[in-house]
Amino acid sequence: MKRAARLIIFYAALLGLWTLLAQLKIWPPYLFPTPWGVGESLYAGFKDHSYWIAIAVSMRRVLIGYAISVVLGMILGLGVGSSKFLEETMGGLLVSLQSLPSICWWPLALLWFGLSQNAILFVVIMGSLLSVTLAMEDGRKQMPKIYGMAGRNLGASGFQLFWHVLLPASLPFIVSGLKQGWAFAWRSLITAEMLYLSLGLGQVLMMGRDLNDMSAVLAVMILIIAIGYVVDGLVFKSMERHLQHKWGLTPST
Amino acid sequence: MSTNAHNFPAELPVPVDPRTPAPIGGARKKSAGLTPFVRPFRGVLSDVPKVGLTDICLSYRTQSGERLLALDHINLQVKAGEFLCIVGPSGCGKSTLLHLIAGLHQQTSGQVLIDGKRVQGPGTDRILIFQELGLFPWLTVGQNVEFGMKMKGISKAEREEKTRYYLRLVHLSQFKDSYTHQLSGGMRQRVALARALATEPDVLLMDEPFAALDAQTRDLLHDELERIWAETGRTIIFVTHNVREAIRLGDRVALLTFRPGRLKREFPVDLPRPRVLEDTHVAHAAREILDELREEINRSLEVEYNVGVKPHVEPGA
Repeated sequence: MKRAARLIIFYAALLGLWTLLAQLKIWPPYLFPTPWGVGESLYAGFKDHSYWIAIAVSMRRVLIGYAISVVLGMILGLGVGSSKFLEETMGGLLVSLQSLPSICWWPLALLWFGLSQNAILFVVIMGSLLSVTLAMEDGRKQMPKIYGMAGRNLGASGFQLFWHVLLPASLPFIVSGLKQGWAFAWRSLITAEMLYLSLGLGQVLMMGRDLNDMSAVLAVMILIIAIGYVVDGLVFKSMERHLQHKWGLTPST
Repeated sequence: MSTNAHNFPAELPVPVDPRTPAPIGGARKKSAGLTPFVRPFRGVLSDVPKVGLTDICLSYRTQSGERLLALDHINLQVKAGEFLCIVGPSGCGKSTLLHLIAGLHQQTSGQVLIDGKRVQGPGTDRILIFQELGLFPWLTVGQNVEFGMKMKGISKAEREEKTRYYLRLVHLSQFKDSYTHQLSGGMRQRVALARALATEPDVLLMDEPFAALDAQTRDLLHDELERIWAETGRTIIFVTHNVREAIRLGDRVALLTFRPGRLKREFPVDLPRPRVLEDTHVAHAAREILDELREEINRSLEVEYNVGVKPHVEPGA
């Protein structure tokens, strides 16, 4: 209850400050829109379904791209985490590749896939793959060895061992990496969508810029933040709580 | 020393099958003439040891590059249905020996034979209960017990029935849906035992399973283990550093030396069961082993604290 009150006060103050700055008219309204201007943009966007469509298109892309990243990243990470050879050869490359913003792949993606959905997917995958890979590699190393041995001892091997033992055993260690991977995937998606007529949220944002409609730009920005927050809260927070409950880590409040 | 002092289930101690004269390890010699290789019935032939260790050596490279001999020509036979305890000072390689039998590690030379057949890797005919247990925290107690059967591809109905049976056997029926972190140490031990038994291994390998428990819980688990052993007729190899515990449980006690681990002596235990840890006969039998063990412990202390004696090191290689 106390926490809710603090949150309300904080956001009310933020909104108040924004209103104040807008009302002072330091900048013209088309450069610094008022909160209700943004609210109107949001309302209009949802009313004519353009935001719904944009959200659906973007979510579909990010889900596909992220799913591919998770599967590939887990396989890669497990390989690098399990094999000394792979770690010595690929390990450094993976870390250095992570410093590369995924949008740098855009020119290549355009050449390879054309102006298409696949080019965007490629950028999304390149954005989140490395986070997942590095997290899985780390998780594989941090995971107590006893689980792998116990699994083999009880007759698990190959894919069974991965699916029933190594993966669940490493989950608590990789959940933060999965979360980071999601954030990178989401960011990469919006960036890539801003670059051409893609129908997604990124393009809607750029449309606001082209029409000099800063209310619309801010409205879409708020949408992007809100979706990121909701996914984090609904998917990853509950996943963490679930793991904590099962493993008997710090009890959730 | 007779393993039949116990009421084993009727199917276990069956007389020797005359068709297969199988000497120790001899069953593998396929080249011996035209007679086809006859696979001995599991758990039936009493003259083929259930577990046979022949000339097991294990050496590994230390960080300083020296080759350290951990196990030195271990020869040991364990009969089907026998309860063998292995004692030795810490660092004698007794846990490692269990890992070798379980097939989780590879010995440098020598062979591990189960029913005369060479061990190539892990197998559910021998299940190791780790000192740290290795229960899966992401699974419930029931799912832990079920795990080995699931890996084997046993049907769900059968798995559930057996899970119920083995949980009842270790008195944990009402904890089927709990997670392992919600249980006490003794209860977790029993889950590990049920999980191991549920895969129905011929050989149960136990690595100091009760070392971390309080005395009351340990006594209780001794009774339960003995009862389960008698009910299921499994062969048990039990590693401990507690000599009294070894006498309390074992048909035979094998003593390993400190680094390199060699088989120093074997002591048959002829005391009637059930035995009590505090019994004077147990204490008396333990005395003899303790005297020999003490020498090894002293040697281990000398090495660990660098009192003159150097560990056994093979030069070079």
